[in-house]
Amino acid sequence: MSAIEIRDLSVYFGEGAEQMRAVKSANFTVAEGESFGLVGESGSGKSTVLRAIAGLVDSWTGEMSVLGTPLGRKRAPAFFKQVQMVFQDPYASLHPRHTVDRVLGEVLKLHGFSDIDARIDRLLDDVGLGKGFRFRYPHQLSGGQRQRVAIARALAPEPRIVLLDEPTSALDVSVQAEILNLLSDLRAERGLTYLMVSHDLGVIGHMCDRIAVMQHGEIVELLDVEKMRALQAEHAYTRHLLDSSIRSVREIS
Amino acid sequence: MTSLLDVENLRVTFPTRSGSFEAVRGISFSLGRERLGIVGESGSGKSMTGRAILKLIRKPGIVTADRMQMGGTDLLTASEREMRRIRGRHASMIMQDPKFSLNPVMTVGSQITEALLTHEKLSRAEARKRAVAMLDAVAIRDPERVMSLYPHEVSGGMGQRIMIAMMLIPNPEILIADEPTSALDVSVQLQVLEIMDKLVTDRGMGLIFISHDLNLVSNFCDRILIMYAGRIVEVCQAGKLHEAKHPYTIGLLNSVPDLEHPRPRLDALQRDPAWREAPSVSALT
Ligand SMILES: Nc1ncnc2c1ncn2[C@@H]1O[C@H](COP(=O)(O)OP(=O)(O)OP(=O)(O)O)[C@@H](O)[C@H]1O
Ligand SMILES: Nc1ncnc2c1ncn2[C@@H]1O[C@H](COP(=O)(O)OP(=O)(O)OP(=O)(O)O)[C@@H](O)[C@H]1O
Ligand SMILES: [Mg+2]
Ligand SMILES: [Mg+2]
Repeated sequence: MSAIEIRDLSVYFGEGAEQMRAVKSANFTVAEGESFGLVGESGSGKSTVLRAIAGLVDSWTGEMSVLGTPLGRKRAPAFFKQVQMVFQDPYASLHPRHTVDRVLGEVLKLHGFSDIDARIDRLLDDVGLGKGFRFRYPHQLSGGQRQRVAIARALAPEPRIVLLDEPTSALDVSVQAEILNLLSDLRAERGLTYLMVSHDLGVIGHMCDRIAVMQHGEIVELLDVEKMRALQAEHAYTRHLLDSSIRSVREIS
Repeated sequence: MTSLLDVENLRVTFPTRSGSFEAVRGISFSLGRERLGIVGESGSGKSMTGRAILKLIRKPGIVTADRMQMGGTDLLTASEREMRRIRGRHASMIMQDPKFSLNPVMTVGSQITEALLTHEKLSRAEARKRAVAMLDAVAIRDPERVMSLYPHEVSGGMGQRIMIAMMLIPNPEILIADEPTSALDVSVQLQVLEIMDKLVTDRGMGLIFISHDLNLVSNFCDRILIMYAGRIVEVCQAGKLHEAKHPYTIGLLNSVPDLEHPRPRLDALQRDPAWREAPSVSALT
C-alpha cells in the first residue's frame, strides 16, 4: 500500500476568465516509509499540492488517496491523526494569543492523549527549545523558534505521514541540522512517511529518496536522489536548478 | 569610508517572569555604503538588532545604547514622529515575516500603488504601470495577475519578493533586509540579490543583510558579523568565511548539508558555555 497516491491532480484558483490552474495533472506516488521531495520554481505549485492533500483547497480534480483511502472534499478528524502538515509560513499558522503550552496542549487533547504535561516537555526538547519556552506567546519567539513550535505541533499527534513545506527555511544551519536529524530518527524509529518541499537541494538530497521537480504547475521530472547527486537530470529546468545550486555551494570553497 | 550608521553598545532587554532576558548584549558596529551580513543561529538576536535600529522593538522590550547615530540624526533621542519620517524615507526594513507585514485586506497591486503615490508625484495610471514593472523586476511571473491577488493568495516566495519591491520604493539610504530570500530557490534568489546589489553599487545604499544562509552571505556580502547569544563573536571579510577562526562559526559551516557530499548524519553544533561570556567583538570601522 502506498502512503500517498496522486493521480491526474489539477488545482484551480479564481473563476471564469480569471481562472488559473496552479497544478496541472500531477501524478506521483509515495511509498510507506519513504521520504519524497518536491522542488521547483517559486510559485510553481508546490505548496498547493500539499494543501490539496491536507484538504485546504476547494477546487481540484483528479484522484488522491492516503494509506489506501481515497480522499473526498472534506477531511475527517481521523485524517489528521494520520497526516499532519508543517506550513511554510509559521507566523500565520500559530494563534497569536495562545501560548506554546496551549497550542501543543490542545492538539494533544484533541487526539486523546492523557500524559499531556510530559509530552509537551518532550516535544519541546525534541525540537531543541526546552521547557523554558512553554509559556511564551508567538510574538515572544524568534522566527526559527516559531517554526520549531510548528514542527512540534505537527509531530504531537504521532502522525504516520508528515507534509513538510519548507520546514527548515527559517532556521539557521545548526538548528536545521538538529531538526533534520530528529526527522530522520523519527522516520527510522516509527517508519514515518515524509512529503517535503524545500528550495534547498542540499536539504532535499540529505532527506529524500526520490524527488519531483515542478515548473509552472507541472511535474516536469521524477528522479531519484542518486541521479540528482550525479547531476543526471533529463529535463532542462532540473539541470538548470542543479547547476545553480551546485555553483552557489562551490563558490565559497 | 563614511558611515551611514554607527551603533555602540546596543542592548535589547525583555522583562520576563523569570527576570530580565537580554536578547542583544552590548554590540557595536557601523554600516557604510556596503553589504553588511549578519549571521548566527536562531534566537541569537539578529532580528532584534535590525528592529532596534529603527526603534521597532515592541513593548515591554527596552533598547539602550551608548550611541546610535544615523547620518545627522541621533536615534536615541529621536521622537516617534522623527522615527516615522526616517522609516518612510531614509531607512527601510524588510521584515522576516513578509506576509505578516502586508495588509491582508488590500490587493498586492493597490498596496504597491498606494506606496508609490505617497512617495512620488505620479498619476494613478503611471503608478500602476510602475507597480507592474517592479513586480516584473523581482522576477514575478504574470505580474498583471499578481496585482489583483490578496496576500494570502500568493506563494511564500512571491510574498517575499513583493515586500522587497515595496521597501525599495522610498529609495532608502539604508535597507535592513531580514531573511529576505529564505523562501526563494537559488535562481530567483540570484535575481533578487542582483537588484539589491545594484542599489548598493549604483546609489551607494547601505545594506544590512540578515540571513542564516552562510553560502549566500559569504558570496554576497562585503563584511559579515557572526552573532551568538546576543553578541558578536567574530567579524569576517568577504569571501573569507571559510577562514573563520571561532569554533562557533566553524561549527555553523560544518552543519550545512551538501548535495555532492552526502553524510548519514549532520554534525550538530556543540556549544561551549564560554562563548556566551566572551566579550562582544567590535565591528566599528
Ligand atoms: N488562494 C489562492 N488564490 C489565487 N491564487 C493562488 C492561491 N493560492 C495560490 N495561488 C497561486 O498558485 C500558484 C502556486 O502557488 P504555491 O503557493 O503553490 O507556489 P509554491 O511552489 O509553493 O511557491 P513558493 O516556493 O514561492 O512557496 C501561485 O501563482 C499563486 O499565486
Ligand atoms: N517579547 C519577547 N519577550 C521575551 N523574549 C523575546 C521577545 N522577543 C524576542 N525574544 C527573544 O529574543 C531572542 C532574540 O530574538 P531574535 O528574533 O532577534 O532572533 P533571531 O536571531 O532573529 O533568530 P531567528 O533566526 O530564529 O529569526 C530570542 O531568544 C527570542 O526568544
Ligand atoms: Mg510554497
Ligand atoms: Mg529573526
